[in-house]
Amino acid sequence: MSPRNRTVALVVVLLLLAAVPPVAALLNQPFYLDLFRRIMIFAIAALSLNLILGYGGMISFGHAVFLGVGAYAVGVLAHHGIASGYVQWAVAIVASALVALAIGAISIRTSGVYFIMITLAFSQMLYYLGISIEEYGGDDGMRLTVRSQFAGLVSLDDATAFYYLVFGLLVLFMFLVHRLVNSRFGMVIRAARSNEARTRAIGFSPYAYRLTAFVIAGAMCGVAGALLVNQTSYLTPEFMNWTRSGELMFMVILGGIGTTLGPVLGAAVLLLLEDFLSGWTVHWQIILGPLLVLAVLFAKRGLAGLLPGGGRDE
Amino acid sequence: MNLILVIEQALNGLQLGVMLFLMAAGLTLVFGIMNLVNLAHGSLYMVGAYLATAFYQWTGSFLAAVPLALAGALAVGIVVEIVALRTLYERDHLDQVLATFGLILFFNELIAILWGRAAIYAAAPPWLSGHVELFAGLRYPLFRSVIILVGVAVAALLWYVVTRTRLGMLIRAGASNRTMVAALGVNIRLLYTVVFGFGAALAGLAGLMAGPIYVVQPGMGEEILIQVFVVIVIGGIGSIRGAVAGALIVGMVDTLGRAFLKPTLATVLSPSAADTAGPALASMLIYMLMAAVLAVRPEGLFSARGGG
Amino acid sequence: MSDALLDVRALSKSFGALRATDRVDLDVREGETHAIIGPNGAGKTTLIGQLAGNLRPDEGRIRFAGEDITALAAPARSRKGLARSFQITSIYREFTALDNVALAVQAHAGHSFRFWRPARAEARLRDPARAILDEVGLGGRADVLAANLAHGEQRQLEIAMALASRPRLMLLDEPVAGMGIDESQRMIRFLAGLKGQRTIILVEHDMDAVFSLADRISVLVYGRIIASGTPEEIRANPEVRSAYLGEEAEG
Repeated sequence: MSPRNRTVALVVVLLLLAAVPPVAALLNQPFYLDLFRRIMIFAIAALSLNLILGYGGMISFGHAVFLGVGAYAVGVLAHHGIASGYVQWAVAIVASALVALAIGAISIRTSGVYFIMITLAFSQMLYYLGISIEEYGGDDGMRLTVRSQFAGLVSLDDATAFYYLVFGLLVLFMFLVHRLVNSRFGMVIRAARSNEARTRAIGFSPYAYRLTAFVIAGAMCGVAGALLVNQTSYLTPEFMNWTRSGELMFMVILGGIGTTLGPVLGAAVLLLLEDFLSGWTVHWQIILGPLLVLAVLFAKRGLAGLLPGGGRDE
Repeated sequence: MNLILVIEQALNGLQLGVMLFLMAAGLTLVFGIMNLVNLAHGSLYMVGAYLATAFYQWTGSFLAAVPLALAGALAVGIVVEIVALRTLYERDHLDQVLATFGLILFFNELIAILWGRAAIYAAAPPWLSGHVELFAGLRYPLFRSVIILVGVAVAALLWYVVTRTRLGMLIRAGASNRTMVAALGVNIRLLYTVVFGFGAALAGLAGLMAGPIYVVQPGMGEEILIQVFVVIVIGGIGSIRGAVAGALIVGMVDTLGRAFLKPTLATVLSPSAADTAGPALASMLIYMLMAAVLAVRPEGLFSARGGG
Repeated sequence: MSDALLDVRALSKSFGALRATDRVDLDVREGETHAIIGPNGAGKTTLIGQLAGNLRPDEGRIRFAGEDITALAAPARSRKGLARSFQITSIYREFTALDNVALAVQAHAGHSFRFWRPARAEARLRDPARAILDEVGLGGRADVLAANLAHGEQRQLEIAMALASRPRLMLLDEPVAGMGIDESQRMIRFLAGLKGQRTIILVEHDMDAVFSLADRISVLVYGRIIASGTPEEIRANPEVRSAYLGEEAEG
């Protein structure tokens, strides 16, 4: 396990990401700017899931619900005339945290298979709720009337500025998560995943720590949701669909559980793969499905594990 | 709101409960015995629905289509078990969830390629399409009545197999100690395949009965699967009794809620408020119920295991 | 006895028809090393589970330092001063030996809702952890991943983690299980060094360990304590000889 190699890989990836806008402009392919911005947004979502799944061992199959909550916070407020990004995103964070608190408080009392099914069920509940509210488009969704306004600071209508905003947030969250998982709090979470019986025996009650992690992850994913709705300029309950949750889990696993770089790589690979395959055939899922199955069966360590000296974070 | 309407909706709730039970029984057996979380269970349901519709169109006879569709679902289930699932028994739940998720994508797309994405409205055969007069004033669709009867019969059959036959004994033994059962010389692989096939057949049966009532389209398996999860969580994993109880409760609550919540709310709220709140709350009802059960009994009502 | 540190009365637990713990009375005095022995299947693991807080007894009560802890779960008991080691090694395999012990220290060093400072940089956690590793003889292996430690070293780590919370009572479940002769001797010498400073309940099969360490011994057979007393008394007890030590002589 070589920290130096991992740091190098991290810096390289971040430099590559930072270079996308000028390169895209040079090649006159604005599509790539859009694509990589999308990748980074999902990387943030995957990063948040990695916190509870990778480090915490909590197999949450409903994580995409927070993408939806964040997106709806922005979309609904915009629909009602509140376009201030500061207000919208603050609401997105608080709303996601509250939803995470509610879902987590009940779900975290269970474990294993129950936890998987319950998180899935609760996220679907909100998905159906989103579909049933006609005023916000029901299952068709609705256009975002105006992007989040950050008066004077940055305009999300400027593709490059928006890109670097997302990039900055990604780097910020990667750093925050890194601090978090190595703090006292993070150690408890990781210990509870590694050996729950031992953790209880030395005097920790995992519930409160896990719930806190769940709320933090939910809030972070809510920010990703706010970014996503601005990215697509369209609000739809499909953000919360359970297949989206499955995709997020794959990003975390493919990238490598419990590493800082993993979620970014996982998001990139999955989205690039989907993009590539869908260019090939409209029935790309029939190829992706078995590919994912094979990945689970054979590529257990994930991509970060393939890096020289890569693997679990220290 | 009159008594006839209530009884009719209660019967609908019973019918939904039956379908949920057929799905839940298969899923909970597979989990209880092989410790396998199988998200692709809904795909087998979908396969049953599509095969039944196809065979009916092809042969013109519903009576022929039923066994053909069942056999088809069973075959698909066994192939999936042998090809993809055997390696998953030893893996942890996360791997199982992800791998079977991949299978779902595959099946949904396969169906879309073969039959297109548009919803198919399958019809029940003419001789099952009428109504049955249950008592004065209540005429209930014959097809739904048949579903209820079939469901009760299957439940009885299952109870008999699990409690009175050697296979059932092996199943129950395997659920609590599979190494021991293997050590006794029982072919565990075969047992697992049989159990899985049985679960697949149950799902296929639910699917073929669902065609004429619900819409047949890619992704239909996942819609019902979520409800099946709620059933299993409420009833308790690994328990057939739990599957029965959970299925009936969920079927009733969901159906009655959707039918009567809006009018009930309209008596205390304004009509327009009830119009939005009614359907929204009704769709959330079973999940709220699940949360309530979990708050009191995190392992479900009849858990066969210690939970989780 | 009211001056007992641990006072167990009429503890019972059944699994269906099997009475795994049958009206067990136990009292352990402060500073003593009390061994619990018994043939396989006697219910030692079930008993330890109930003392540690992992299993709920059906009947009876457990008093620790005068306080009724019967309803407390394992983490709460640990915070009260009870520590345990596991019969089947239960450590954090992906963490280093130092991390393992530091976590045990952390559980008793204030709250852990701290989100920023690296736990590995806290001297308050690392220094005591290092000291304890030195104490048990793992000082040189502090930075080795627990999974890469030899079996005997892992057993030492188990003890280290139990010591880390400065417990008043240690529940040691077969500490020398699976150890070779030399390692066992070392461990026994180490545990002998703890005598008097700490109160220890020792579940053991290894008779060397039991008779050289125990101040008092309780014998558990089919869930019941059939005898309790000093090693000499136990050795001389005819019931114990036939039920247990007799088998040992043959085996």
